[in-house]
Amino acid sequence: MTKCTRCKGRAVLELRRHNAAFCKDCYLHFFREQVKRAIEGEDMLSPPDRVLVAVSGGKDSLALWDVLADLGYDATGYHIVLWTGEEYATESLVHTQKFADERGLKLIAYDLKEERDFTIPELRKATGRSTCGACGLVKRHEISKAAADLGFDAVAIGHNLDDEAAVLLGNVLRWDAKYLSRQSPVLAGEDGFVKKVKPLYRLTERETAAYAFLRGIDYQVEECPLVAGNTQIRYKEALDAIERHSPGTKAAFYHSFLDHGRQHFEGSDHVELRACDSCGMPTPNDVCSFCRMLEQANR
Amino acid sequence: MAHIVLRNPRRELDVDGVKQVKVILRDLDIDPETVLVIRGEDLLTREDYVNAEDTIEIRPVISGGAS
Repeated sequence: MTKCTRCKGRAVLELRRHNAAFCKDCYLHFFREQVKRAIEGEDMLSPPDRVLVAVSGGKDSLALWDVLADLGYDATGYHIVLWTGEEYATESLVHTQKFADERGLKLIAYDLKEERDFTIPELRKATGRSTCGACGLVKRHEISKAAADLGFDAVAIGHNLDDEAAVLLGNVLRWDAKYLSRQSPVLAGEDGFVKKVKPLYRLTERETAAYAFLRGIDYQVEECPLVAGNTQIRYKEALDAIERHSPGTKAAFYHSFLDHGRQHFEGSDHVELRACDSCGMPTPNDVCSFCRMLEQANR
Repeated sequence: MAHIVLRNPRRELDVDGVKQVKVILRDLDIDPETVLVIRGEDLLTREDYVNAEDTIEIRPVISGGAS
């Protein structure tokens, strides 16, 4: 039997990168402490802040919403139905709505087809963009606009350590100074953008999945049917292969970048922003990328 | 025989006798750091044993896509 590092009871989860194991209660304590450390260390949120949480119905976003509510934050969920009528999208909304109902949390559900007359597969077909490219642009734009329109102080996103390390690996492989300059657990609210925060950046996917399971969160376990061949997953697999032989490398890669690397890229993305002629959101161009994508799709 | 349920894609199989989680994962060529091993309401560590009458789920934790 593996013993809990903290209380010596029966462990339910080993964390090789911390050379530790935890029982259920001590693990939930560990997880909350990591989130608190992220929030306080990066000055992400203050208790009076109204936070709009991007929730897909998956483990990361529901774990994030759960822990923020548990820590006392005023956290409202925001879910986008990206593919109306499709089983995976319908189930994702069901998981999200059930989570909100069980905990008495407020959920804003937004149907892309109803609001914009497109689903993600339709946008992909009409514009030639990759599925994940179109989906990411929709999500970033719509939640940023909703947060600004509704007066939220911050948007919280469930990106975990694996997500951030995979994005960093991709940016480093191309030495993309513009994206490296923006890679941070906190994106400041400025020029009409609401602040974006990633309170799970200190925790791996397995750690957020374990938290969600141990908290009894009924999340969407199935993988998005459109994600096959996604580059980010290949980067994650490469990092996992390194992590297998050297536990802690993934965290060291990302945290060392935050401590020593990102400062060298500051200012690389500086551009003057103005209001999009179509939607009013900040953009360096006359029309923002999202509105240009819709224009292209409508042609 | 212990019953094993794997996800993404979903498939099921049976294994003989009492086995340690790490042996089951090794035999299935699964990296323990990429899954949760679930028995009922409980998580199992790689040192735990799966009994012949148990049903366990091996649930992948990796996800990806648009950010």
